[in-house]
Amino acid sequence: MTSAQRRQNWLLATPVIALLLWTVIYPNAAVIAGSFENGLGHWREFIASPADREALRTSIVISVASVFASLAIGVPLAFLLGRFEFPGRRLLRAVATLPAALPPLVGVIAFLFLYGESGVVTRAIQRSFGMAEAPWRLQGVGAIVFVHAYTMYVYVFLFVSAGLERFDATLDEAASGLGASTWQRLRRVTLPLLMPAVAGSMLLVFMNALGSFSAPYVFGGGLRVLSTQILASKTNGAMGLAYVETTVLALSAVAGLALFRWLDRKRKYTLSSKGGRVRKTIRSRRIQILTSIFAAIVVIALVLPHLMVVLVSFARDGSWTTQVLPPEYTLENYRRLFSESELWRPITNSVSMALIATAGNLIVCFIAAYLIVFRRFAGRRLLELLVALPWAIPATAIALGLAATFNRNDLLTGRVLLVGTFWILPLAYFIRDTPLVSSAVESSLRQMDASLEDAARGLGASWLLTMRRVILPAARPGLVAGGLLAAVTAVGEFVASVVLYTHSNRPISMEILAQLRALAFGTAAAYSVLLIFLVLLMTLAARSFEERLA
Amino acid sequence: MTAAPRARAEAGNGGERGILALSGITRRFGDFTAVDNVSFEVGPGELLALVGASGSGKTTTLRIAAGYEVPDAGTVTLGGKDITRVPPERRGFGMVFQHYALFPHMPVEENVAFGLEARGVNKVDRLIKARAALASVGLEGAGERAIQSLSGGEQQRVALARALVIEPQALLLDEPLSNLDPTLRQSTRDDLRAMLRRVGVPALFVTHDQEDAFAIADRIALLKRGKLLQSGTPEELYHAPVSREVAAFIGRGSIVAAKDNGASAAVTIGGVKRDLNVTRPKGASTQFENAFVVMRPDALEISRGPGVFAWRGRVINRRFAGGVIVYRVELADGVTVEVESNSGEAHEDDVVSVSPLKGPFPLVPG
Repeated sequence: MTSAQRRQNWLLATPVIALLLWTVIYPNAAVIAGSFENGLGHWREFIASPADREALRTSIVISVASVFASLAIGVPLAFLLGRFEFPGRRLLRAVATLPAALPPLVGVIAFLFLYGESGVVTRAIQRSFGMAEAPWRLQGVGAIVFVHAYTMYVYVFLFVSAGLERFDATLDEAASGLGASTWQRLRRVTLPLLMPAVAGSMLLVFMNALGSFSAPYVFGGGLRVLSTQILASKTNGAMGLAYVETTVLALSAVAGLALFRWLDRKRKYTLSSKGGRVRKTIRSRRIQILTSIFAAIVVIALVLPHLMVVLVSFARDGSWTTQVLPPEYTLENYRRLFSESELWRPITNSVSMALIATAGNLIVCFIAAYLIVFRRFAGRRLLELLVALPWAIPATAIALGLAATFNRNDLLTGRVLLVGTFWILPLAYFIRDTPLVSSAVESSLRQMDASLEDAARGLGASWLLTMRRVILPAARPGLVAGGLLAAVTAVGEFVASVVLYTHSNRPISMEILAQLRALAFGTAAAYSVLLIFLVLLMTLAARSFEERLA
Repeated sequence: MTAAPRARAEAGNGGERGILALSGITRRFGDFTAVDNVSFEVGPGELLALVGASGSGKTTTLRIAAGYEVPDAGTVTLGGKDITRVPPERRGFGMVFQHYALFPHMPVEENVAFGLEARGVNKVDRLIKARAALASVGLEGAGERAIQSLSGGEQQRVALARALVIEPQALLLDEPLSNLDPTLRQSTRDDLRAMLRRVGVPALFVTHDQEDAFAIADRIALLKRGKLLQSGTPEELYHAPVSREVAAFIGRGSIVAAKDNGASAAVTIGGVKRDLNVTRPKGASTQFENAFVVMRPDALEISRGPGVFAWRGRVINRRFAGGVIVYRVELADGVTVEVESNSGEAHEDDVVSVSPLKGPFPLVPG
């Protein structure tokens, strides 16, 4: 490495590292420091509070239960779709990842419309069996885990499916050649080899469930979890206690991460093969029919929330009271969204904030990924840690950190007043999406032969020309995919928004919640449909962009 | 682009050609010394092969010559001008990378034209030149093709065309033949040598394969653990190695202890002493305290009879190698030699006689 390169490393790395230290480390450090602002006082308060102890316990119970519920759905589904051929397989495969396309709050609302006390499914069952009351209440731990399982099993499904695809079929054949029964093969060969994929997806579900806010917020009833408790404390002005709760939530996440790392420590092998397994066609006519019926039920269950949101978006606000289905339909909800400026505002807010955050992510994460993949310098490890860290911190904790740090102008301590301004939300989205975009770009760049950069320089290309003609094209798939994911997440973001929004920069998710509170179900659903539509639009735009360039 | 005029200014325009010289080059990575005080020169039109096992420092040396690494000590000069700290983009060298490093997102033509693009050559001119360069490596009409559709040999030629089109001041090649299959390798060696001679600039190439080096290079520099063991023509390294290490690396053969008598050396195996006619390394002392002779398979003969003053031994391996049979024979005193013979009548486990031919045998200090 030449000294010019070393200088360049620092020229590039310093602003990125400084920005991340300032926006990621500093706020979280401020939260931790804040929790000790009167010695151990706030911590004693936390430990003495039965509500907080309950919240911590419930948070962990919900997270663990969500992990197992997701496994229970995701693993069998991955096996069924990966290993067997049956009528309806393609359709089931096509809709299996659909829940992931629902913005978090929209999924919750859809469940409310379907399975809530006055939901369609609940009412239909109540009516047909002539019950006096609803057969269940969509509340408490069970309801939250139910929604989590629906939205988060997709991680398990995708990880295990990918694992199965890479699974070397000859291993299975070798085992059966050695006389192993189907069950023995599954237990001793298939599952152990899939463990890394399973463990990875379990960790993802755990982290998501722990930080989840929308389901506990809407279905919690009297239930307390840490993330909602933080917002409650902040709203009540008990900032010290909120800092303690945030620290505890973040520590739980880090502990979960460390635990999974430890469980997965023994992994020394990787699954690497051409795969090439053929799916078994189910022979027995009866099992074939049963499988197809099962598949049909699953497809309906997966599509129903989406359909429900679309249906309700046409329901006249206030008309749907005790009927099974909304009685009156209208285009009024949509017309109002587009014509009333107060209702249109959240849409432009969300789109512009998401685009700003994504643009920031693309620039910062590209530089970070470039440095991490191609350069060796003293700060590389730190940079790697900084871009990955926000992933381990629940969004509520990130948001509270920002609220605690950027609440006044004080240049001496590096504080800038952003709370209450438009910019606080794009910043929060930017931080949340940094790990996502960085890892997408990194994996693209890792596929690039490192000597391409040397080759370009050897041919006389300046650093800028090398960037433009060699590095950027190599990073492009990661930039497009990462940017799309970031934009999609940001446009529907709820968890950090609920802590930091103001009336003037309120995003779509906050408006949906407000409409729901006002019992304007139709309008809330119309926003949701619009949000899904935006996500779809971005996906198509990214795909056509990628196709045009590739 | 800003670098384009500079690239021209510092690299000249291909007219003046000078000697590429590395002197006293040392490069350390932490405690590890990758290159240790290495010096050599490559003249215009000359091909020097840097030969060594993996980890010998040959690739680091090449990267220093190219400017990707700056040595901790020593200088790189071209035509007498110190270029040690000139970055690669301003050296105007042509480099062919081990895996060719072709840009996968550009078609063949754009790959070849990239160096011209970096020099600010307009689009029409660079296409014309790129096509000419492709034609010169026998790939006319392949300009529109995708890199992924090329065979290994074609990729190698595109990489060569890309390095040549910028009219380089020197050519650097990193294992240019290692990714080719054996049949293609043979013919590519000849093509490559012809091509490099035609260009007439200093050419430096790295290889771990001495046969490649023998086939292409005018001179060979042999590296081991970062140190230059010997540099010279292939014949010099083969017939007059300066050390046991060189003798062991270059060519086949056994290295056997001998008693140095000045003009000849005596080798005693199993009580049978033979005086051998020897050559010593250039400039070496007239008598070594500990001496070894190098016995190449073609400098020995084998017979099934008892033989007068022959070394007796047992055939432990017999291998047909084209026109000749190569026997490995275990002699007394733990000495094993390889012997080439036109006759295939001896077989494994046969007891045979081995005698030295006229020689001369290379003598090296121990």
